[in-house]
Amino acid sequence: MRELSLNVLDIAQNSISAGASLVTLSVCEDTANDWLTLTIADNGRGMTPEQLDRVRDPFYTTRTTRKVGMGIPLFRMAAEMAGGGLTIESVVGVGTTVTATFCLSHIDRMPLGDMAGTVSALIRLNPQLDFLYRHEVDGNVFELDTRALREVLEDVPLCEPDVMEWINGTLAEGLLPLNSQA
Amino acid sequence: MKSIAELQAIRDQARAKIAMREGSHEGTRIVVGMATCGIAAGARPVLNAFVEEIAKRNIQNVSVVQTGCIGMCQFEPIVEVLAPGKEKVTYGLMDAEKAVRVVTDHIVNGNPVAEYTVAKLMK
Ligand SMILES: Nc1ncnc2c1ncn2[C@@H]1O[C@H](COP(=O)(O)OP(=O)(O)OP(=O)(O)O)[C@@H](O)[C@H]1O
Ligand SMILES: [Mg+2]
Repeated sequence: MRELSLNVLDIAQNSISAGASLVTLSVCEDTANDWLTLTIADNGRGMTPEQLDRVRDPFYTTRTTRKVGMGIPLFRMAAEMAGGGLTIESVVGVGTTVTATFCLSHIDRMPLGDMAGTVSALIRLNPQLDFLYRHEVDGNVFELDTRALREVLEDVPLCEPDVMEWINGTLAEGLLPLNSQA
Repeated sequence: MKSIAELQAIRDQARAKIAMREGSHEGTRIVVGMATCGIAAGARPVLNAFVEEIAKRNIQNVSVVQTGCIGMCQFEPIVEVLAPGKEKVTYGLMDAEKAVRVVTDHIVNGNPVAEYTVAKLMK
């Protein structure tokens, strides 16, 4: 993946496959400590400790005829390449949280890229689900919560073109002043 | 600055548009592959180009949905277009520019873009 925001989009797909109704995407840039943290948390079906062990093991594959899962290994590799790491916490029936850390200034850190594009694509394709996007840069925070939008929209779906245009505008306007360096 | 008041106005206008669409014929479905292979190959800008072009041209009754890996990873980004009463058309190696062309030629004018299809790419 050329951008970390694409990994985020991909990892969020796991949450959607796991039947989540709420997916939280969080980006935290801490320049003083030279640290970037990306978190994808969901309230989906979760994994048993055995499943979790398998997913955590980068060399594990259930490959028989089916292809190997690539999403988590790719995200882990991106983090480890940049002096960070990846952790997964999961509880059956409660949900899963994937956290990846990166050294901001590491030469092998992929750029964060178009987070607004990732959030917009997720909302557009899954208007029945809720997404909370939180982006923090050195204490300044932008947040977009589709649950709050849904309250305003009532019966009008999030994927309506005019609504998506409003969402895209809000993302652009909200992220600009954060002046993300990631 | 985008405001909640603005969103309320959008809601009221959208209700009218939705009511107008109601009862009209079933529309075209655009299916974008969003598995890891698709995303890595560039599915996100393709998806967002479809969404933007459809909004820009005010095309009604087109749904854009996602699917997983369909086992042709070498042709990702893959997009399937399902028009009612027509055979499914599968496009491969898509990008944002090709997406715009598929909207104008295929979705609006009903002429699939043969050169972008997986069938053609496999030849
Ligand atoms: N949020 C989650 N909730 C429940 N199970 C998960 C979650 N994330 C990952 N898993 C489990 O871990 C497996 C591996 O995930 P990974 O993203 O690496 O591969 P994949 O999704 O199976 O395939 P690919 O990402 O290559 O399309 C998944 O198939 C799923 O069983
Ligand atoms: Mg995956």
